[in-house]
Amino acid sequence: MSPHLRKTLVVVGHGMVGHRFVQAAIERGLTETHDVVVVGEEPRPAYDRVALTSFFEVGAEALSFLPDGEYDDPRVRLLLGTTVEELDPVQRTLRLSSGTEVAYDELVLATGAAPFVPPVPGHDLPGCFVYRTIEDLEAIRDAAAGARTGVVVGGGLLGLEAANALHGLGLETHVVEMAPRLMPVQVDDAGGATLARHVEALGLRLHTGVATRAVVGRDGRAASLDLGEETVEADVVVFSAGIRPRDALARAAGLDLAERGGVLVDEQCRTSDPHVWAIGECAAPAGRMYGLVAPGYAMAEVVVDALLGGPGSFTGADMSTKLKLMGVDVASFGDAFATTEGALELVLADAVAGVYKKLVVSEDGRRLLGGILVGDVSAYGVLRPMVSSGIELPANPEELILPAGRGGGEVALPDEAQVCSCNDVSKADIVAAAACDGTTRAGATCGSCKPLVKKVIEEYYAAQGRTVDRSLCEHFAMTRQELFDVVAVHGYTGFDEVVAAHGTGRGCDVCKPTVASVLASQLGQHVLDQGRATLQDTNDAYLANIQRNGTYSVVPRIAGGEITPEGLIVIGEVARDFGLYTKITGGQRIDLFGARMEQLPDIWRRLVDAGFESGHAYGKSLRTVKSCVGSTWCRYGVQDSVRMAIDLELRYRGLRSPHKLKGGVSGCARECAEARAKDFGIIATEKGWNLYVGGNGGATPAHARLLAGDLDDETLVRYLDRFLMYYIRTADRLQRTAPWIDSLEGGLDRVREVVVDDALGLGSELEAAMARHVAGYRDEWRDTLEDPDKLQRFVSFVNAPDVPDPHIGFRAERGQEVPAEPTGPVVLGTSIPVGAPR
Amino acid sequence: MSGRAGVEVSAAAYTLVCGLDRIPREGGVCALVDGAAVAVFRTYDDEVFALGNYDPFSRASVLARGIVGTRGEVPFVASPMHKQAFDLRTGQCLDDAAVRVPTYDVAVRDGAVLVGPARESPEEGT
Ligand code: SRM
Ligand SMILES: Cc1cc2nc3c(=O)[nH]c(=O)nc-3n(C[C@H](O)[C@H](O)[C@H](O)COP(=O)(O)OP(=O)(O)OC[C@H]3O[C@@H](n4cnc5c(N)ncnc54)[C@H](O)[C@@H]3O)c2cc1C
Ligand code: SF4
Ligand code: FES
Repeated sequence: MSPHLRKTLVVVGHGMVGHRFVQAAIERGLTETHDVVVVGEEPRPAYDRVALTSFFEVGAEALSFLPDGEYDDPRVRLLLGTTVEELDPVQRTLRLSSGTEVAYDELVLATGAAPFVPPVPGHDLPGCFVYRTIEDLEAIRDAAAGARTGVVVGGGLLGLEAANALHGLGLETHVVEMAPRLMPVQVDDAGGATLARHVEALGLRLHTGVATRAVVGRDGRAASLDLGEETVEADVVVFSAGIRPRDALARAAGLDLAERGGVLVDEQCRTSDPHVWAIGECAAPAGRMYGLVAPGYAMAEVVVDALLGGPGSFTGADMSTKLKLMGVDVASFGDAFATTEGALELVLADAVAGVYKKLVVSEDGRRLLGGILVGDVSAYGVLRPMVSSGIELPANPEELILPAGRGGGEVALPDEAQVCSCNDVSKADIVAAAACDGTTRAGATCGSCKPLVKKVIEEYYAAQGRTVDRSLCEHFAMTRQELFDVVAVHGYTGFDEVVAAHGTGRGCDVCKPTVASVLASQLGQHVLDQGRATLQDTNDAYLANIQRNGTYSVVPRIAGGEITPEGLIVIGEVARDFGLYTKITGGQRIDLFGARMEQLPDIWRRLVDAGFESGHAYGKSLRTVKSCVGSTWCRYGVQDSVRMAIDLELRYRGLRSPHKLKGGVSGCARECAEARAKDFGIIATEKGWNLYVGGNGGATPAHARLLAGDLDDETLVRYLDRFLMYYIRTADRLQRTAPWIDSLEGGLDRVREVVVDDALGLGSELEAAMARHVAGYRDEWRDTLEDPDKLQRFVSFVNAPDVPDPHIGFRAERGQEVPAEPTGPVVLGTSIPVGAPR
Repeated sequence: MSGRAGVEVSAAAYTLVCGLDRIPREGGVCALVDGAAVAVFRTYDDEVFALGNYDPFSRASVLARGIVGTRGEVPFVASPMHKQAFDLRTGQCLDDAAVRVPTYDVAVRDGAVLVGPARESPEEGT
C-alpha cells in the first residue's frame, strides 16, 4: 500500500486500556493501514494498575506490560512523559506538552480516570496523596518512612486496598468512610458488617458514617484529620473517595459528555465527532461510566473492530467483582441490591465463621438475579454464570450458599473400649458390625452412648475412604449445624416449612425435636406454641420428665441449691398432698416423682403461686448451676460462690441448646461444688474467678479445662455468654460441650481465640444474642397455666379427663410410693363413667 | 381401616371420643374406650388411626404421647419411652417383627372422632 494512503491514528493515554487497544490493533492488522501514535502522560509505558499494590513487594518492572519500552511493530510510535493539552476536532490536530502539533485521521481517547479529592481545607498539604500511579505509591512509601499514623479517606474497594498497604508499611491505619458501611457500592449493610469485622481483626481502625471536615496541618504538613466528633492523627493521608473520568480534553473541544461526566459514546464507542473515539474509564457508553478494566478492554476491541469496518458493539458489561481484599474474599454480582421488582433475598449470615452470603432471586424463585458473598466466595463460580445465562435455579437455591458440613474430631479409643455400657458393646464390636453392614445393640437402651457410637462408625467409614453420611435422619440430608443455618437463612418458624423445603416425608422422633430445639434457640418462644408441641420429645411436650410407669417427675428450680425454709415447706406440702415420692437430686434440688399427667397443672399451680418456676429438668437446656457455700460461711472461701451460681443459673435458665448444660461454682480450690465436672465450672481465686469449660459426668466423663483465669464478674459473664452462644450455634445434635470442643479445629485453643481474644470479632454479636435470651425469658409453667389451649393437653383421657389411667399402679417402699411392677394392659369395667367428648 | 371426614360408619359399637380438632395434626390423644386406653392419632393429611395405648416394651400406657412421622411411606408413632416405632395402620412394630400392638376401627363423622371395636387381626395398609 502506498504511504500517502496510510492514515494516522492517535491514541491519547497509555494506560491499561490504551495498551490493550494498541495490542489489538497490531494483532488484527489495523497497523497495515494506519500509523499509530500513542501519547502517554506517565513517564513509563503501560503497567498493570489492577495489581498496583504489589508494587511495594515486586517493584515497578514486574508490573510493566511493555518492559522493552516499545511495541514489536515499527508502525507504532510511543511518546511517553507527554501530555496532550488541546484537541481541535475541526482541524483534526492535537497540541502536545512538548509544543508539537500532531494531525490525526482517527483519534482514540483512553485517558482513564483520576482520583476524586474532596475539596476539604488542607487537602493539598504535603502528606496528602492519591493512589493511582506508581509515582503515587513511591511518594507514599517515602512519606511513610518517617510517619507513625495513616488515614485513608474512603472505604471502598480501592480505599481498603490502600489502607492495607499503609498498614503493611507499618503505619497505624484508619479508614474513614462517609457511608454507613464499607464498600457501599458492592455490598449491603450486613455484608459490610461482616467485612468490617474481618478488616478490624487485621488491626485497621474503622470510622464509618463520618465525613472528613479538614486536613489539619502542623509545620506545613498534614498532621491530623478533623472528623467533627473526633480528630484522628494522620501523618499520611490517602484520598480514595472515588474516581472521575478524565474528560477535560473532550470537554474543551466541545464533544458531548455524559450527565455525570465521561465522554459520551455510542455502541461503537464513537463520540459526537465521527473521527474521535473514547474507551476505558474516560468513556461513558450510553451515559454510564465503568470503573473496571474488563469493560474497558471490551471497548478497545469494539473500536478496533469498527475501524476495520466490523459490526462489533459495546452494550454494557457485567460489573461483577470478586476480589481478595486483605485476605478476605468478597464478591458482588448482578442485582446485588435487589432493585428488581419483587426480588427476594436469601441471606446466610454466619458470624461465627465470618461469612455473609446473599442471593437475590426473582419473585417466582426461579432465577438468580445477583448476590453478595463475603468471607467465602467458593460459590461465585457457580452463581455468576447462573445470573448471566438465566438458567433455572435448583429447588432449594439456598443450598448453593450453605456451608459444607463441618467435620468432627477423632475418637482415640482403643478397640476393647466399652462404648455402650447398657449392652456391653465395645468399639471393636461396632467396627466389626460396620464392616459387614451389621448392627449391634449399642445405643438401644439408655441412648447415652449414641453420639459416641455414631463417631466410631463415622471414623471407621472415613478410614475406609467411604464418604460419611452426616444426615440427621432419613428426612434431612444435613447436620444440625446446617439445619440451624437453613432455619436462620429463611427465618422459618415451623417444622412444616422446613420439611417441605429441605426434607422429605413428615419427619420423625429424631428430626422433629432437633428442629424444635433450633427454633427455640432462635425464636425464644414457648416450646408448646403454634403446634410445636407435637415436635417435642415427651419431656418437653409435657414440661416434665416421664418415668418408667408413664407418670412424671416435677423439678422446681432451686437456683444454686439455695432454698428458704418456707420454700422447703411448700415443696413438702405439695409432695404430701399429691402423694409424690420425694428425693434430693444430684443437682442440688428436689425431685417429686409419680405425678400423673393430669395432675401436673394442679401441682404447678401450687408451686408457681409459692414463687417457684420450672427447673427445666426435662429440657435440652440449662439444668442447674451447683454451688458450694463459699465465702459467706466457709472458713476457706475467697468469693461468694452461692451468689455467682444463682446469678448464672437465673441468667441462662431456659436456654435451649444442642444438649443439656450444667454449671458449677466453687468458693475456693477445694472445689466442693464439683464445678470441673460441668459444662462450665467456675472456681474462685483470690483475684476473681477461673473459668473452666467442657466438663461432664455421664458415660464419658471429662474434666473441664481452663479457658481463662482471674476474671472479674463482668468479664466472666461476658466470656460465658460468648462460649454458650458459640456452642449453641455450631454444635451437633446431642453433643455436649466437651466433644464439641474436641470437634473444633484447634480445640480449646480455638474456643479461646473466639471467646477470649474475639478473633472473629463477633463477641458483641454473641453477647447480644444472649442478652435477647435473658430479656425474653419467661417461665414456661406459668405461661402454660395461663393458656387454656396448652392446658387442655394435660388430661388422662380426652373423653374422661379426670379418670386416672388404670394402668398406673404404685406400691410403697421406705414409706413412699414407687411404681408397681407393670403388668399387661388393664381394662376397666365398662361401667366406669365416661365424660362427653370435648 | 382409617377414617376420613365424611366416611359413613355402620351402626356398630362406636364410641365418640372427641372432635377431630382436639387431636393436634401429627399428634395423639388417649381415649377411654370400653375401659381400655386407646391412642388416637391424626396424621398430617388428616387420616385418623387408633392403636392400643400400651407400649409393650416399656410396659407403660404412653403411646399417645409419642412423636408421629413417617418412615418411608409408613406413618408411624415413636414410643415416648424408648422410641420404638409402630406402624399406625397395622400396629406392627417397625423395629421388632415379633411385636405388634392392637389396632381399632376408627371413623370421623361430622368432625367427630369415633373409635370402634379392636380389630381381630389387623389387615395390611389402608
Ligand atoms: C434426678 C437425677 C438423679 C438424682 O436423683 O440425683 C437425674 C435423673 C436423670 N438423669 Fe441425670 N440426673 C441427675 C443428675 C445427674 C448428674 C449429676 C449432676 O448434675 O451434678 C449427672 C452427671 C453430670 C453430667 O450431666 O455430666 C447426670 C448424668 C446424666 C446423663 C449423662 C449425660 C452425659 O453427658 O453423658 C444422662 C443421659 C442424657 O442426658 O442423655 C442423664 C439423664 C437423666 C434422666 C433425665 C434420664 C431420663 O431421660 O429419664 C433422669 C431422669 C430425671 C427425672 O426424671 O427427673 N443424666 N445426671 C439428677 C437430677 C439433677 C437435677 O436436679 O436436675
Ligand atoms: C489500586 C487500584 C486497584 C484496582 N483494582 C482493580 C480491580 O481489581 N479490578 C478492576 O477491574 N479494576 C481495578 N482497578 C481499576 C483499573 O485499574 C482501571 O479500570 C483501568 O486501569 C482503566 O484503564 P484506562 O486505560 O481506562 O485508564 P488508566 O489505566 O488510568 O490509563 C489512562 C492513562 O492515560 C493517561 N492520560 C490521561 N490524560 C492524558 C492526556 N491528556 N495525555 C496523555 N496521557 C493522558 C494517564 O496518565 C494514564 O496513564 C484498580 C485501580 C487501582 C488504582
Ligand atoms: S469449695 Fe472451698 S469454699 Fe467451697 S465449700 Fe469447699 S472448701 Fe468451702
Ligand atoms: S444404650 Fe448404650 S450406654 Fe445405654
